[in-house]
Amino acid sequence: MAGLGGFRVRQELMDAGRLHRALVRMAHEIVEKHPDTGRTVLVGIRTRGVPLAQRLARFIEDAGGQAPAVGALDITLYRDDLTTIAPNPVIQGTEIPCSIDGRTVVLLDDVLYTGRTVRAALDELIDFGRPDRIQLAVLVDRGHRELPIRADFVGKQLTTRRDEVVQVRLQETDGEDRVLLLEKDGAPAPARRKAKGRR
Amino acid sequence: MTRFRHRHLLGIEPLSREDVLAILDTADGLREVLDRPIKKVPALRGKTVVNLFYEASTRTRASFEVAEKVLSADSLTIATATSSVTKGETLLDTARNLEAMNPDMIVVRHASSGAPHFLARHCKSAIVNAGDGAHEHPTQALLDALTLRQKKGRLEGLTVAIVGDLLHSRVARSNLWLLTKLGASVRLCAPPTLVPPGLGALAPVTHDIDEAVRGADAIMMLRIQSERMAGGFVPSLREYHARYGLTAARMRHAKKDALIMHPGPMNRGVEIASEVADGPWSVILDQVTNGVAVRMAVLYLLLGGAPEASL
Repeated sequence: MAGLGGFRVRQELMDAGRLHRALVRMAHEIVEKHPDTGRTVLVGIRTRGVPLAQRLARFIEDAGGQAPAVGALDITLYRDDLTTIAPNPVIQGTEIPCSIDGRTVVLLDDVLYTGRTVRAALDELIDFGRPDRIQLAVLVDRGHRELPIRADFVGKQLTTRRDEVVQVRLQETDGEDRVLLLEKDGAPAPARRKAKGRR
Repeated sequence: MTRFRHRHLLGIEPLSREDVLAILDTADGLREVLDRPIKKVPALRGKTVVNLFYEASTRTRASFEVAEKVLSADSLTIATATSSVTKGETLLDTARNLEAMNPDMIVVRHASSGAPHFLARHCKSAIVNAGDGAHEHPTQALLDALTLRQKKGRLEGLTVAIVGDLLHSRVARSNLWLLTKLGASVRLCAPPTLVPPGLGALAPVTHDIDEAVRGADAIMMLRIQSERMAGGFVPSLREYHARYGLTAARMRHAKKDALIMHPGPMNRGVEIASEVADGPWSVILDQVTNGVAVRMAVLYLLLGGAPEASL
């Protein structure tokens, strides 16, 4: 989702300030739910979940929690559409820094959509051990789930159409902090809808 | 997205620089799977791979089998010594009968150069060349390159000496193609009887091992292939060792950080002395580990994408 190929920007959903505040708020929520964040493992789903996890770990420390371990998950080999997508996704590798047995794992991704990525991430994670529990944190929940999956920590919840794209752009991967709502070039202008904030 | 638009892996020669890099980068990403507590990912679930080996093999065969299992492909290995090939079945009949069982890929090793290409023309499965005669052994060259890149951080600008039986070696040919495509310079060394005509046009050839070793970043030793030695190419293995064997004394001419590589199986005391094979320069066992990662990458790139992705 790096380029805009065939899509145009419909709306800026978050600027750098809002994105920052959303992550800080999620960090506070995590500290509140898990007083023992030193035993928590934050696992970012590649690509953009990883820098988000690193930032969240810093914000958790700022919020008075102990720094959690941070890992990265490449779910490519667990995708349910691996043999139907073309060309092959690049394999970047999974790095889990410590045993996850008996710990709380917080999975982190930029956008929660169909839930299929999270399903793949859960399967992969369970091959690394038996965590006490796995929770899910996402910067944007855009709806349209195809599996019974929900997020425990959400930066921003919105109502979208399936033909729209939510693009999270991060300093570390894209040179800027922004969340954009894209629509197909030439799509008829729909009646204005307000993005619904969670709080 | 990885651009790897080939249906088969028949050799290194037809690949572009980008193709080779796509395989090496994928292998780098996949290597980590081998260190996991559960060394299995579901990527190729439901795919069937037939390993058809017409020649003896330990490393290549085991390595393909491990790669197939780690990626959850179903695999079966046919060693022709215990198959109906001994009853006179032809390569094509064997392959067609195996194809009737609907495999997705056939990994083939054969004593005749071009056997995998022949199968690729007549079969609908993806074909991977696991060594054909004296022609190519692409996955070996790829694992050699992966090892070199891992240890030296790059391939471009490296000087690699390939020493030994150049006449019979498919490993030498595949490595020569690959290394020159990736910007390394190759020098070849062998007794005059073991240099095929025309090879000098592709890379400089010397008959003096000390000259080949001097200043090289890596030295690839090739096996003296006693099973292909009926023609009396060397007077004796002792003489070969004396003139072309890599010994600790000869390593004095080498760079301090030179790497010693060998595709296996080694003839200790012939092309390589034990003190070198087991010495600090040796990355021979790293090559074996990387072999699994490279074969996983090849399986993933050939079987992982949609059928439309391939040409």
